[in-house]
Amino acid sequence: MSQISKDEVKHVANLARLSLSEEEVDMFTEQLDAIIGFAEQLNELDTENIEPTTHVLELKNVLRDDQARESVPREEALKNAPDERDGQFKVPKTF
Amino acid sequence: MSLLEKKVSELHDLLHKKEINVTDLVDASYDRISQVEGKVQAFLSLNEEQARRMAKELDDVLAGYPGERTLAGLPIALKDNISTKGLRTTSGSKILDNFNPIYDATVANRLYKAGAVTIGKLNMDEFAMGSSNENSGFHVTKNPWNTDYVPGGSSGGSAASVAASEVLFSLGSDTGGSIRQPAAYCGVVGLKPTYGLVSRFGLIAFASSLDQIGPITRTVEDNAYLLQAIAGHDPMDSTSANVDVPDYLSSLTGDIKGLRIAVPKEYLAEGVNPEVKEKVIEALKVLEAQGATWEEVSLPHSKYALATYYLLSSSEASANLSRFDGVRYGVRSDNAENLLELYKNSRSEGFGDEVKRRIMLGTFALSSGYYDAYYKKAQKVRTLIKNDFEQVFNDFDVIIGPTTPTTAFKIGEKTDDPLTMYANDILTIPVNLAGVPAISVPCGFSNGLPVGLQIIGKHFDERTIYRVASVYEQATEHHKAKPQL
Repeated sequence: MSQISKDEVKHVANLARLSLSEEEVDMFTEQLDAIIGFAEQLNELDTENIEPTTHVLELKNVLRDDQARESVPREEALKNAPDERDGQFKVPKTF
Repeated sequence: MSLLEKKVSELHDLLHKKEINVTDLVDASYDRISQVEGKVQAFLSLNEEQARRMAKELDDVLAGYPGERTLAGLPIALKDNISTKGLRTTSGSKILDNFNPIYDATVANRLYKAGAVTIGKLNMDEFAMGSSNENSGFHVTKNPWNTDYVPGGSSGGSAASVAASEVLFSLGSDTGGSIRQPAAYCGVVGLKPTYGLVSRFGLIAFASSLDQIGPITRTVEDNAYLLQAIAGHDPMDSTSANVDVPDYLSSLTGDIKGLRIAVPKEYLAEGVNPEVKEKVIEALKVLEAQGATWEEVSLPHSKYALATYYLLSSSEASANLSRFDGVRYGVRSDNAENLLELYKNSRSEGFGDEVKRRIMLGTFALSSGYYDAYYKKAQKVRTLIKNDFEQVFNDFDVIIGPTTPTTAFKIGEKTDDPLTMYANDILTIPVNLAGVPAISVPCGFSNGLPVGLQIIGKHFDERTIYRVASVYEQATEHHKAKPQL
């Protein structure tokens, strides 16, 4: 049985903000199908009572006092900008 | 012998006696690069002007070596996913072709403070996704032992540059084997530290719960020097562990009497090349002769590690790589009428196939309706894999096996099928999932290509790993072999 359809691949590409050609849709459908099929082997394991591991070390919130301090200067922040105007990042129209 | 084939301790001595100066070392590095880089192609950017200026400053200012600056004057190069202020940092991707960071990664800053001189930035698989350097957006680095073969990946440039003596040592990053696998393929020493020991601040993120920066060197002792300089808590990385950093050099006692070694049967099973297996058994005999004992054990969930890893790392990557949108930095598509097209076209033009594949897989695994079946399931299996290690470490000091199932493969040999390529990392991936530290050290050759021995330790027990690795290195000659270029 196939794990992922072409339509699902197109849907996922849109969620991931990628535009794919028809050839790429075909290629990724085939490859993702194989990878997801391979991942199905995890279902051999009963994990009903197993806690998920999100992180290997015990993490706790790291808090500090809320003090004002200098942040990245505007000029620096814009150094790598592909386009800018009036000290801000410039993008094409949003609609 | 070239200066760059010496050990850190020998160079300290020469600098201290003023028989050489830092400029000699930096010259030696760029001379070697101009001789062999055409064949190896380990670098993406060189930092020549800055490096020569820093060498001169160190020579003028430093009255005595090495002093507090433990790496003073020593030539290093960094994997190109480690941010360096004002020095191009691409993470191996076209989408960052023109990116010049505005700050240094914590490790880059610590190296600078220790006095190391950054020679340049090293090639890698795009965003560290790959096992051969064939996924670099720029060019393929070659294995110095045979330039028809891959150097491994994703830190291929980091391992190849050290094996080719272009620099004294380097930093790589390891998410599923990306330091240890290329170190094994190139016949050098590569350590993935315990998750959290080294700050990830300024490392361009791939999979944040797995990524870890670590040293690649020619000897175990040099590895300890380099780890000492970069390890330790960093307030800028909330996942960096707040633990005391021990002294690593003093762990090299030369004594492993009574050491208990576990050898997982899954690590010497079918799929592991017979000659690789033979070298590992030989290595165990060497350690036995030095007073260690070893026993076969089982890590029963090993076979599920690969699928678990690809689901988790791709999921994390799909979130991390959403920041590349052509707005604030990186390359922007010229063909966009509106903002949505700008995102889609910049990403589609800037990312290579492997990166797109993993973003797609991760987005799928995290998407509505599939989250529990794939992502959460993989997190639960991760717990089982982590428990396997904890169980074994109740009774043993280290776990030993091969670093990789085979030696390096030919360029182009595995590019067609992603799953075949992924299988290279089957022996290194479980270590990242469990968050424990592991080293790869050279343990011989098969058909002229290096074989790597993997020594895995308990959380934050890099000292035992170094002690065992160093005893093995001292008892053998493998680390003295040099590629002919």
